[in-house]
Amino acid sequence: MIRGLTFLIGFQVLGELVVRIVDVPVPGAVVGMLLCFAWLRRTRAGESAALVRASTALLRHLQLLFVPAGVGIVAYLATLRADAVPITASLLGSWLLGLVAVAWTAVLLERLFGAPRDDLPVAGQESA
Amino acid sequence: MNPVEHVWDAVLEVARSPLGLIAITLGGYQLGRWLQARTGGHALAQPVLVAIAVVGTAITLLDVDYPRYLEASTLISFWLGPATVALAVPLHRQADQLKGFVLPLLVAVGMGAVVSVAGAVLIARALGADDVLQRTLAPKAATTPVAIALADSLGGIPPLAAAFAILIGIFAALTAPAVLTLLRIRDRRARGLAVGAVSHGIGASRMLREDETEGAFAGLGMGLSALAISLVLPLLALVLW
Repeated sequence: MIRGLTFLIGFQVLGELVVRIVDVPVPGAVVGMLLCFAWLRRTRAGESAALVRASTALLRHLQLLFVPAGVGIVAYLATLRADAVPITASLLGSWLLGLVAVAWTAVLLERLFGAPRDDLPVAGQESA
Repeated sequence: MNPVEHVWDAVLEVARSPLGLIAITLGGYQLGRWLQARTGGHALAQPVLVAIAVVGTAITLLDVDYPRYLEASTLISFWLGPATVALAVPLHRQADQLKGFVLPLLVAVGMGAVVSVAGAVLIARALGADDVLQRTLAPKAATTPVAIALADSLGGIPPLAAAFAILIGIFAALTAPAVLTLLRIRDRRARGLAVGAVSHGIGASRMLREDETEGAFAGLGMGLSALAISLVLPLLALVLW
């Protein structure tokens, strides 16, 4: 576990360094994720690798990690009430636009290149 | 001082210490997990919501202000960074399934990042939201830890960004499969990808319950989208503000 966590923190440290040296406004952890992905591909890491096991354990409880940030919402309830309309419209509107953009672009490009489409029957409606 | 008062003081002192506050956070999270299991994994029963409600109530009753709680809980929030790095693992797991889908996938996720960031900002602006709120809404499609970091570097309000990301994830978990069917998206890879790209882990967990392929591609969409939004946001910020 500690070996895997050391890897994760090592990649984050590298990410932070890259971000500061190149001076890009991207979170260091995201660059760390890229570096970690490259490492995983290169080493063809399997499920038993320390890095993979530590990551899986950490991601299983990802929600716990943003409780401290989430609690801050209590301090912003007044803002939320005052701007309820723009917030709701912006959240839902951009979500739908984004969903349509991703899904239609992917399907369109697949057709364009004539790649076999994994067109499993969706049965008309969702299963519960 | 009488013994009852003495015990009560001791309880309050421990509860207000970092140890006590972390115990309350973990307890709230476990309660949330228990509720989620009890409701058969209902999309509204997110452990994070229960934990936030429990901690919010507790620090109000204990008279601990938010900055103090935030400092005490650093031990938990610190792991957001390494967890973001860990998102490389689900990406790595799905990387082999991608033959014939790489280009559609990358272009689609890039499009999605631009559309959802610009859409969020422009809709909010059109309806009179101020600059800070627009900057807080911009990264909400990214997975919560990344949304927090991006809102911070963009000049938004990180706790609100976290709340927005969680809320949109829950909304997606409730509605996304039906919406995709309405849009006539029948390719499971595209369905999963779209949900993961705009509604991250909470949406992805719903897709995983629908179908394994949808779940895998939702995980992939989430990872790539976090990356795409991080890259696109600084560029869009130059145009939007």
